[in-house]
Amino acid sequence: MGNETTAGARPTGDEKIRCDACPVMCYIKPGMTGACDRYANNNGELVRVDPHVVLDRTLAHGGAVVPFHRDGDWDGRLLSDAEKFVTAVGSGTTYPDYKPAPFIVSAEVNGVDMVTVVTEGVFSYGGVKVKIDTDRFIGPEQATVRAAGEAIGHVTTSEYGSQMLSLGGVHHLTGGSKKEGRVACEAVLDLSNGKAVELTIDGGSTLIVQAGKAPIVNGVQEERMRVGCGSATIGMFAKQWFGHADEVVVVDDHITGVLSEHQAGKLLGIRDTGIKMKGRRSTPGRYFQVAEPGSGWGGTNISDPLSILGPFDPKVAWPGLRMLLVSTTGEHYGYYVLNEDLVPVETPIPDDLAPSVERIRENCEPALCSVLFMAGAGGSLRAGVTENPVRLTRSVKEAITNVTCGGAPVYVWPGGGITFMVDVTRVPENAFGYVPTPALVAPIEFTLTLEDYAALGGHMDAVRPVSSLAGHEGLRELAPMQDNPWPLAWRPAHRNND
Amino acid sequence: MALPLPSIAAVPLVPRAPHVAMLPDGRRLHLQDGPIDLIIEASGAPEAVAAGYRAAAARLAGLLDGLCEELPLLRRPAYPGPCPLRDPAAQRMWAAVSPLARAAFITPMAAVAGAVAEEVLAALVRPGITRAFVNNGGDIALYLAPGSDYVVGLVDRPDQPRLIGTARIVEASPVRGIATSGWRGRSFSLGIADAVTVLAPTAAAADAAATIIANAVNLPGHPGIIRVPAREVAPDSDLGALKVTRDVPQLTRAERKAALAEGLSCAVALVARNLICGAALHLQGESVSTDPQLDLFTDSLPAAPAPAAVPSAPIEEAKEAVHA
Repeated sequence: MGNETTAGARPTGDEKIRCDACPVMCYIKPGMTGACDRYANNNGELVRVDPHVVLDRTLAHGGAVVPFHRDGDWDGRLLSDAEKFVTAVGSGTTYPDYKPAPFIVSAEVNGVDMVTVVTEGVFSYGGVKVKIDTDRFIGPEQATVRAAGEAIGHVTTSEYGSQMLSLGGVHHLTGGSKKEGRVACEAVLDLSNGKAVELTIDGGSTLIVQAGKAPIVNGVQEERMRVGCGSATIGMFAKQWFGHADEVVVVDDHITGVLSEHQAGKLLGIRDTGIKMKGRRSTPGRYFQVAEPGSGWGGTNISDPLSILGPFDPKVAWPGLRMLLVSTTGEHYGYYVLNEDLVPVETPIPDDLAPSVERIRENCEPALCSVLFMAGAGGSLRAGVTENPVRLTRSVKEAITNVTCGGAPVYVWPGGGITFMVDVTRVPENAFGYVPTPALVAPIEFTLTLEDYAALGGHMDAVRPVSSLAGHEGLRELAPMQDNPWPLAWRPAHRNND
Repeated sequence: MALPLPSIAAVPLVPRAPHVAMLPDGRRLHLQDGPIDLIIEASGAPEAVAAGYRAAAARLAGLLDGLCEELPLLRRPAYPGPCPLRDPAAQRMWAAVSPLARAAFITPMAAVAGAVAEEVLAALVRPGITRAFVNNGGDIALYLAPGSDYVVGLVDRPDQPRLIGTARIVEASPVRGIATSGWRGRSFSLGIADAVTVLAPTAAAADAAATIIANAVNLPGHPGIIRVPAREVAPDSDLGALKVTRDVPQLTRAERKAALAEGLSCAVALVARNLICGAALHLQGESVSTDPQLDLFTDSLPAAPAPAAVPSAPIEEAKEAVHA
């Protein structure tokens, strides 16, 4: 945005910026708006704010300000239709959907008239799947997950490096007590809107879960995912340890690895050390259940790693044997040397070994909670889109119709209905709501060509151009999220290839 | 459900075209260009309304550019005397502020919103139109054909809009402009009034007078009032180093009375000079006006829904409430 013709934040040599969105060419100080109250200086960046809402008030109330530029440059004109996408956030709903959806808008994209049917779905069958990046024990599979003491879901099959929860859904929303339904609805809504929620698991931990943030397990914030199980870690780092340590034990809740016995160690010619591991040996160098699960070393309950070792075999081990014990995240480690009695004595870690521990840590990705909202739009909602609801389902399956949730891409499950999942962090803020039933309300948009829309029995008389919404009082313009594909740019990829 | 849109084919295509759209009610036109934000409604024969809307949109194209060409002069204090400006909207500004320039500090910018509303209204009005308004962020220009009238709603806090009264403006009255000014509004104020609403023969005159009267509602020595040089907030403000009000503490009844009395004497003087028709001044729940007999200033209407109930854009709503 360097030259004179592009609008934007031109630095003025101090913290002021000069807006050239219009010929008034206001100088704007940080935190202030220009004469129009539309453009503001947010830490040196020109941003567009909601009409007539001054920036400092917006910021003070935690409101959203968004960079105005979609691609960095702006030709000075207002956005054309194709550059605007109307999301369903706050659009309202016509539940139970015998009327046309609240907004059916059209836009021309590359010469093709596109239609987006915008509505908010009411989902009594809806909930969230939560992935929690931690190896710490959070509770047994199938255990009940509670919020404010009410059952709202359960622990489901864990994934590599992550624990999984399934929360909400029709059973908790409407199948239990009134309070259970209300609490489940509130917890799912908060998680969907990116808020932190405290959960307790029967026979397990207390968790604080928030989409896009590190999980907090029993009051301890999780920093990193493990690099792999103990055995995998041995495989990855054996070469880097070779010559610097005689034995390495990688402590892990699932599989603890032992370098001298592991295939990787054998290949390097590492000699036997006479180490004796507790736990159940799986294959050479790989041990299950060296300790109980917990929030200590590598997702086990241990705080003293020597507690998982038996005495060294005096026929094999030797005084001066160098041993590294490390967890699968590199967060815990200790360096030991065997004394004359073959007892490990903790010693400061040598300089040539420390980098390998750091390397394990470096290879662990940040631990996050991810929240996918999942719901089925197979019910009467479809009638707001078309007079013949099953045709909508079919056109989604045939990939003629693109489904988005607040403009975010969704995964649509195969099979019947329109059951979709969306990453809540890709949906605009506070996009989700509820009705007292209780049921969840989520935005959902169906985009297809005008021609296809007519063919599936769409409410053609309700179609209106995007530009007609421009002055709508409740309209909030947002810059599209950076990594979301542009919903209107989506091209149908027919599954039934011709 | 499809909304009728005025054809904008007549609007010349300039690099920075004004935003032109109908509001969802299908009756009002929304035009916007830079800081100019107009809500327009005309009544009458449909063809006349459509033609009027087209002409209004066409007039707005380039209007801001014309003003900006003379921006340095428009930001300098005005003086009584012949107009040094060329642009027609700028000339309306000058005409509104120069009668006020001897008594107080004022720049033509004090009338910019009203003047723009007048310019666009003048382009819109044509035979077949029975009444019309152009609302430029709360500064409103009116057109009334014989026999027509407008009911005007009044708010006392532009940031927390609620109707505190109404006025009926009939064709026989000289009022054709309404404007509101106060420290909580979009423009700076040297005074502490929450809102001063002025009825005047033109929108530009109302705009300028509301500024002057709102500046006069003041307690110059009060230590709790936070004042900041205008240029520290907006580096290119026409008010320069003059201190503008940024916060007003809760005042005592005596303080409110004293401040409003200052403003009222200013307003009465403007009425006496026939520059304005009337004014209502509001400060922390207390109101005074130049003519207590006017039903404009009675509390006759039930309060409008609390701001929390307003679905969105409360300030936008406030502007609309002025002519509800």
